[in-house]
Amino acid sequence: MRAPSILRTQAYRIVLVYVAVFAISVTALLAFTYWNTKRALDAQTDEIIQVEITGLSEQYQQLGLRGLADVVISRSAHGGPGLYLLTNHLKQPIVGNLDAWPTDKETPDSFVDFQYQRRVENQLETREARGRVFKLPGEFYLLVAQDVHERYLTERLFTTTLPWTVGLVLLLGLVGGAVMSRNTLARLDSINRTSAEIIDGDLSRRVPVGTSHDEFDALAENLNAMLDRIERLMKGVREVTDSVAHDLRTPLNRLRNRLETTQRHLDPATAEAVEIEAAVAETDQLIATFNALLLIAEADAGVARGAMTLIDLASIVEDMAELYAPLAEEKGVTLKITPAGATMIEGNRSLISQALANLVDNAIKYTPAGGSVTVTALETPQGVELRVADTGPGIPADERARVIERFVRLDASRSAPGTGLGLSLVAAVARLHEARLLLEDNAPGLRAVMRFPRPAPRR
Amino acid sequence: MRILVVEDDLEAQRYLVNGLKEAGHVVDDAADGETGLTLALSRPYDVAIIDRMLPKMDGLRVVAEMREHSNATPVLFLSALSEVDDRVKGLKAGGDDYLTKPYAFVELLARIDALMRRRAPQAVKTRLQVGDLELDLLTRTAKRAGAAIDLQPREFRLLEYLMRHASQVVTRTMLLESVWEYHFDPQTNVIDVHISRLRAKIDKGFETPLLHTVRGAGYMIRARAA
Repeated sequence: MRAPSILRTQAYRIVLVYVAVFAISVTALLAFTYWNTKRALDAQTDEIIQVEITGLSEQYQQLGLRGLADVVISRSAHGGPGLYLLTNHLKQPIVGNLDAWPTDKETPDSFVDFQYQRRVENQLETREARGRVFKLPGEFYLLVAQDVHERYLTERLFTTTLPWTVGLVLLLGLVGGAVMSRNTLARLDSINRTSAEIIDGDLSRRVPVGTSHDEFDALAENLNAMLDRIERLMKGVREVTDSVAHDLRTPLNRLRNRLETTQRHLDPATAEAVEIEAAVAETDQLIATFNALLLIAEADAGVARGAMTLIDLASIVEDMAELYAPLAEEKGVTLKITPAGATMIEGNRSLISQALANLVDNAIKYTPAGGSVTVTALETPQGVELRVADTGPGIPADERARVIERFVRLDASRSAPGTGLGLSLVAAVARLHEARLLLEDNAPGLRAVMRFPRPAPRR
Repeated sequence: MRILVVEDDLEAQRYLVNGLKEAGHVVDDAADGETGLTLALSRPYDVAIIDRMLPKMDGLRVVAEMREHSNATPVLFLSALSEVDDRVKGLKAGGDDYLTKPYAFVELLARIDALMRRRAPQAVKTRLQVGDLELDLLTRTAKRAGAAIDLQPREFRLLEYLMRHASQVVTRTMLLESVWEYHFDPQTNVIDVHISRLRAKIDKGFETPLLHTVRGAGYMIRARAA
């Protein structure tokens, strides 16, 4: 058996779902924190700006434009994060610590984010800022802003690391999941291996139970308990068939013995001897029916499952055709086999031979002189098939299922000799081999098909 | 011939013993495994007929013990057990043949004869002869009165088996088991048809037939009419 790809396993699929849910949660949490923090910091900046504005506006009201310009000059010299710029109507700077009007998208009296350039250690640097613009009487403009460049950098750091964080979560989750599913798989594998061995016929095998008392150990224990029970039941069936066989065969044996002893001591010419001979024949018929029933019961109970080996259907077909060829010829029926390559299945040679003998026997029995019976073993896409096709009267479509039932024989053939268990046995052998028994229209005639599963590759 | 019968069903045992005595054999009997084993080890027998299920010691163990004591008496198992894998177990334990109850007495007699014949020391034969019918086992050819007979491989095996058991009854089941290696009962007697074909090849055109049908039992090949 090929080790299944870890990606196809249920355990791994569950892990995948968990990792996906976890990654989404982490992303959502981080995004929420980011958004909330940004909002709080923005509010704080806006408040600072508001306070500045209130101060400046008082100066303007008390001292006019000149007073305002003085305050702007003094505050600009301060060197903190505060940014100020007073311009004329053409937005040409009058006073302030910005070299040029930084933005053209502003609407008066609302907050605006913009970039400005500042010389830091002889390097011209573009920085982020946030502020508010006022239009003063006389076509003057005032910009009051705060440098938020440090915050901006922190934010950018956050947004660039977020995908990496999520990626890392996914990666770790997948690797962890693989390890976990491998662990799970190893234990499932041991259960599967044991099951396969049991299917192969070794009912004494048990699933190894670990020491951790987890769900798997509970599963293993339950499986083992179930197997114990099945083994007991199988043994019971075996014992029942054995004791039924013994209890019925012993009196049948005595009956036959008595009849035979009586027969030995009679002159074969007498009427009594003829009667006894008929009684022996009836007894033999009884024994044959009983043996067939027993065999069906055994095949159904899977008693013979242990005796399965790799066998070639084509060789069974050849042997059986060889056995039945003279009988067919004597009846004027052509018995043909279609040559085939090796058609291997896992099975019990004796039971399959017997089933095939029953099918061929029936086919010859029901095919009129001049007809033909064709036996074939072949591999089809559905499996490995054993086919017996005749050109006899066939079986009406609605009666085919009934034919396979025990004891049921078609009314038209009630008078033909046989136990009537021939096809039932074939059906039981088919069930034992997990094969399908199909009765199809051969147009004209009947085609019986036993479709076996392909043998599992040997390990 | 001396035969040991180990059978716990006393009625079956009585019929078996009587039948064998009538057939001219000397018979000892035992009703349980231990007594059977003691007898088998203390006296020489030509054949032992042992039931598969016995009180005190199972039939399989009796035979296993016999083989362990280097006792090579041919053993025929009688079994009332279901048979799918029981036959294999019986033969593995050291049994030489296996017969399921209920059996026909003629079948039992024929098998005992075959077992005793097998025991007799045989030179490795390369030719078999019955009357003027000759079988060369090396070249796989058959001749009757000097004229070659054309046989199919299976017909050759059938004739070989019959000739190895010349003057002995061979049953249909024995033929099916030995020549075709099938251990089941075909619904129609296919063996009869094979025999009649073989008969047409070896007896047709000759005054004395060699292949005889034994009524109610099977077939026999022999030189003189009985």
